[in-house]
Amino acid sequence: MATRHDTAAPPEKEGGAAPGRPAGTDTADAEHRRRARLSRRWQRDMRWSPYAFVSPFFLLFVAFGLFPLIYTAWASLHTVELTAPTDMEWAGLRNYTRIFDDEFFWNAARNTLTIGIISTVPQLLMAMGLAHILNYRLRASTFYRVAMLAPYATSIAAASLVFVLLFGRDYGMINWVLHSVGFDNIDWQNDKWPSQIAVSTIIIWRWTGYNALIYLAAMQAIPNDLYESAALDGANRIRQFFHVTLPQLRPTILFTAVVSTIGASQVFGEPLLFDANKGASGGAEHQFQTLGLYLYEQGWVNQHLGRASAIAWTMFLILIVIGVVNYVISRRLRASS
Amino acid sequence: MRARLLPHSRLRSSGGTPIARKAVVLAAAASLGAGLLAGCSSDSGDKTGSSTGGGDGGGAKVTITMGLFGTMGFKEAGLYTEYEKLHPDIKIQENVVERNENYYPALVNHLTTNSGLMDVQAIEVGNIAEVVATQAAKFEDLSKASGVDKGNWLDWKWQQATTKDDQTIGLGTDIGPMAICYRKDLFEQAGLPTDREEVGKLWAGDWNKFVTAGETFKKKAPKGTYFMDSPGGLINAILSSEKEKFYDASGNVIYKTNPAVKAAFDLTAKAAQEGLVQSQTQFQPAWDQTIANNKFATVACPPWMLGTIKGKSQPDAAGKWDVAVPPKGGNWGGSFLAVPKSGKHVKEATEFITWLTAPEQQAKLFAVQGSFPSAPGAYTMPSVTDAKNEMTGDAPIGQIFAEAAKSIPVQTIGPKDQIVQQGLTDNGVILVTKGKSPADAWKTATKTIDNNLEK
Repeated sequence: MATRHDTAAPPEKEGGAAPGRPAGTDTADAEHRRRARLSRRWQRDMRWSPYAFVSPFFLLFVAFGLFPLIYTAWASLHTVELTAPTDMEWAGLRNYTRIFDDEFFWNAARNTLTIGIISTVPQLLMAMGLAHILNYRLRASTFYRVAMLAPYATSIAAASLVFVLLFGRDYGMINWVLHSVGFDNIDWQNDKWPSQIAVSTIIIWRWTGYNALIYLAAMQAIPNDLYESAALDGANRIRQFFHVTLPQLRPTILFTAVVSTIGASQVFGEPLLFDANKGASGGAEHQFQTLGLYLYEQGWVNQHLGRASAIAWTMFLILIVIGVVNYVISRRLRASS
Repeated sequence: MRARLLPHSRLRSSGGTPIARKAVVLAAAASLGAGLLAGCSSDSGDKTGSSTGGGDGGGAKVTITMGLFGTMGFKEAGLYTEYEKLHPDIKIQENVVERNENYYPALVNHLTTNSGLMDVQAIEVGNIAEVVATQAAKFEDLSKASGVDKGNWLDWKWQQATTKDDQTIGLGTDIGPMAICYRKDLFEQAGLPTDREEVGKLWAGDWNKFVTAGETFKKKAPKGTYFMDSPGGLINAILSSEKEKFYDASGNVIYKTNPAVKAAFDLTAKAAQEGLVQSQTQFQPAWDQTIANNKFATVACPPWMLGTIKGKSQPDAAGKWDVAVPPKGGNWGGSFLAVPKSGKHVKEATEFITWLTAPEQQAKLFAVQGSFPSAPGAYTMPSVTDAKNEMTGDAPIGQIFAEAAKSIPVQTIGPKDQIVQQGLTDNGVILVTKGKSPADAWKTATKTIDNNLEK
């Protein structure tokens, strides 16, 4: 490209930094004009080229990000069916007001929250523990690291299929083990808490390794002398973990917490595939229907595009609130440290 | 730092010099570009193929694409190869989505945006009413296509795909005349008759008698076995034999007030409470395992179900099943083939499905795949009348199902039948097997259905 900063001279002022030639001659004038023109071009180039370079992203964003967002907002104000998306009937805010007494929506919201908590908390704790162990000098440590990422690389569909079999009521392996130690068969599908725990297990299985690697990367960036001096002061490994590792990891922990929260509020694939009926109702009594699933059910199974759009926007607003809360907490934490 | 991330070193060690590396990159880019270009050119080639009509086959083959779901079996029955032999300038390519639940929403999306459609699209009977009501304008009127004879099909099958102003958007492939498949060995152990005539008499004419037979079965049944596979299977079987279930003839939702629906629900709930059906959902892994473990004695059984049973059973189950007439005739399943107007080869596709759904081909499909013909003309053909099935010993299944097909009522189907039925099953009777009272289960089911029907 023409922007070579090293050769691009700053635009010269008329009669400034005198070139050693007599002013006023024709050649000098032409040369001057030429330079001025080039410099204008450089200026324009410098000014507008970056926009041209970033524009592909923004054009794509407008087409695939902004437009759907606006269209969804527009659709959410209408009664419109997926079978005839052009046939819109103005409904005002009815799709939103209806959400307030839509017990299925609030049930889904509650489930999303509980599944989010029972999946995210153990997942991050386990990831932290694993990362701490992997941070030691281990034989075949690369193998362990790759192995930890394997669940993340597995498709949810394949994983859920296996988990459905494991959690089977009559012929599942987990119940078989529980039975052999004297427990009754647990109906992982149809009882509320067992089903939510089962769904959370899939999420935990899938994401623990991923978070562990993030923690591990952050741990390896902690200067070794901190540990050395801690060891000199007589701190054992556990104390080192709590007094050196954890404080150093604070920004990373925050990051994973935010990302996991966002992920948890959008949980969709695991409960969808875990459902024995392969419907989107999240079990016979909607016991593990998440917001994502409810949105999908209204939009794609029942084909109520307007309602689904309103749910999508409500979820979006909830996510923004969560984001703001996260931001406030992280600022507080930073200020306190 | 960046350089280290690139697969630099590997390329160099295999390719030798940086120049070789450049060549590799260039080659990769070129092949990618060529691929893209090839994609474009084959596309335009198709278009010219259609504009010339592909009649004399000037070297350009016409590819007819089929959008299907599940196992429809045209390919397995060798029908594509046969047609391609008859029409050397035609090539048939199918694109199968495993489950209709995933296939149908995509089809609706494609129809509403008029893009991404195949030349032929299959439509399941559960969706046909909705497609007829909302999407008819997007499809060819097949009643006007040459070679299509309305009289080939069962009248009600033809009507299902026909709009009020007599536009027919789909040609029927198969139907699901329902019978009851039962395990002879389990019936014998429970002291019930095993001969199919006598078994049919046990419950002739009334689903209540069927449940009564279940009660008899339960008294002496082998441990761990159930009379029927699932509450969903039972309520579906009962409802399939009703003339009117969820919608009335003028298109109003009547499922909550229709006494037949409530009666079906209550009877199923009763069977569930008495432990005659196991808490299962059909076609799910746990249900598959129940078949494999020989845990239930009966299943409502259209011809295609024999294939499912065979697929899920252990080898030792072969010959232990038999087929009896159901309490009342009903239809379960069946599909249609339709031609979207926006397809590239509308004419060829129409000709092809006209051939594919003719009685002869439907008979062939039955012989291989067990999809029962929707064309009565096929019922007297040898491949139907002589049909036998490994699972049911020497039962003349072709004749039994042909008989069952004649007693199917003309049923009013509505656009959202599937939502209602799924609600009654998955959010209703299944709960009774979990110990909920039938009244509570009905409440949960209707609440779910109403919420799902409301726009």
